Amino acid sequence: MASFNLYSRGDRIFGYANATLIGLFVLSTLYPFIYLLSVSISSGAAVTSGQVVLLPKDLTLAAYEFVLSDRLFWIAYGNTFIYTFGGTAVSLAIMIPGAYALSRPRLRGRKILNLMVAFTLWFNAGMIPFFLNMRDLGLLDSRFGIIIGFACNAFNVILLRNFFEAVPKSFEEAAKMDGASEFQLLWKVFIPLSKPAIITVALFCIVSRWNSYFWAMVLLRGEEKIPLQLYLKRIIVDLTANDEFASSLLTARYSFETVTAAIMIASIIPVLLIYPSIQKYFNKGITLGGVKE
Amino acid sequence: MATIIVGYFKRLGEDLRRDWQLYLLMLPMLLWFLLFLYKPMEGLQIAFKDFSPFRGIAGSPWVGLENFRTLLDDQIFIRAFLNTITISGLGLIFAFPVPIVLAIMFNELQSELGRRFSQTIVYLPHFISVVIVAGIVINLLSPTTGVVNLILSSLGLDRVYFLTQPEWFRTVFIGSNIWKEAGFESIVYLAAIAGISPTLYESARVDGASRWQMMWRITLPCILPTIIIMLIIRIGNLVEVGFEYIILLYQPATYRTADVVSTYVYRTGLQGTQYDLATAAGLFNAVIAFALVFAANRISRKVSTTSLW
Repeated sequence: MASFNLYSRGDRIFGYANATLIGLFVLSTLYPFIYLLSVSISSGAAVTSGQVVLLPKDLTLAAYEFVLSDRLFWIAYGNTFIYTFGGTAVSLAIMIPGAYALSRPRLRGRKILNLMVAFTLWFNAGMIPFFLNMRDLGLLDSRFGIIIGFACNAFNVILLRNFFEAVPKSFEEAAKMDGASEFQLLWKVFIPLSKPAIITVALFCIVSRWNSYFWAMVLLRGEEKIPLQLYLKRIIVDLTANDEFASSLLTARYSFETVTAAIMIASIIPVLLIYPSIQKYFNKGITLGGVKE
Repeated sequence: MATIIVGYFKRLGEDLRRDWQLYLLMLPMLLWFLLFLYKPMEGLQIAFKDFSPFRGIAGSPWVGLENFRTLLDDQIFIRAFLNTITISGLGLIFAFPVPIVLAIMFNELQSELGRRFSQTIVYLPHFISVVIVAGIVINLLSPTTGVVNLILSSLGLDRVYFLTQPEWFRTVFIGSNIWKEAGFESIVYLAAIAGISPTLYESARVDGASRWQMMWRITLPCILPTIIIMLIIRIGNLVEVGFEYIILLYQPATYRTADVVSTYVYRTGLQGTQYDLATAAGLFNAVIAFALVFAANRISRKVSTTSLW
């Protein structure tokens, strides 16, 4: 019996088969992106006649010119930036101090407050009562409503709180010797020591804000306030059913398909740009998320 | 008795004075939870009322369980509820195993560079919005220009209008969900695999085990607790489906298989204005969800030492 059969024939075949299967999965993940990109830079005529399957045909930027000259596209893009970064800033400003207070053993009523946060993980009033509440608060059709109404969630609060709880007592005691107040303790000790957790939560907020469309669709009325995803939804989903619009876009240079593909690519690009830098954090985030309540 | 109460408030007062900074830090978040998550619960009353927006919540008359009776007599609601469970159940069978298999396959990949590259790619769709995923699906399945139909017709087969046919909806929905989430979900299992002691593999190798055998006899059993936990979480979420994605993909022609409770709530409550009925439907679902999560945690506590909370 060989003591090392790492390179036995069976193992090698297994290795190749495995690598091939992963390769196929990777290709099928990539394919839709490549396809979208190809469609967006092909001519409308080539796409409508079914010539674009993988690579672009009759290269043109006509679809992008069309999209980038649409006033509403820029408004929606700007709104999404406001909602994403404004919303994330507000979320952190509310959740970090709150989670910190919850992590302090000396906070009276800590148990009840913790339960109050955790309960919302398992039960919430639901779509209609939430909507009616937003209406009663006067937050319909309001940018502020979109930002504040979705500022916190129990999962992120618990994640932050657990991280604060794990900060070694020695740091805290040293700061207290110097007469630090709770504010200073949070700002100078806990926040710097919890950077990974805070960045993780910030990324969760950014990604979910960037991608969300549902409540914007329900709460916002006019066109001036809609985020990019809702703009996309109106064009891709609502207008696909609207043949008149689709055929009005049908010219030799661009078509409905190339224009929608261009909009989608334009909305994916920022995600692709930050993606490499967030990678190392979401691994951590998932592991942090696995911690118990 | 009185002294106890007085003593309690005295101590509370002292605590507030001593820790006022902590309470101040807590305050915005406390207010947020009360205002946006607890205050809406007051609105759950309308599930038991004949609600009219003009009379308001307090002014509308109580009707007991009338709304729930209406729901259970409503074929559309029953269909939505059954669809919810069917879609979740099919997801459990077809989508749940994919990230496990993927994690094991990543782990077996010899080239470190290849592994990093392929992981980077397959995590990516998780960060793409459902609107774009729906857009991609609509594009790829388009009867005239979609790649799938181009292939079908080049093979001499009939073109299929996938998104207008009820029998295709679940396949399209679950398939595109696998594309979007399976890669990212494999992270949990990869973390579990990373925790397996290397000595297990070394001694197995000394005993002449093949990689195939090690995969079945070491890797899989070692991540079984994680699989069970994830399975329990999934079962706990059996009545929750990604309705924001469904709303983008479904159309009246496919309601028969695509309409779920949340989309029913959205249509009757927010597109129509039958707030009372929609709230009752949402509450019905939420109570079942709550019970399922609770039961799931009980089971998990018995099966493994690790419970969800």
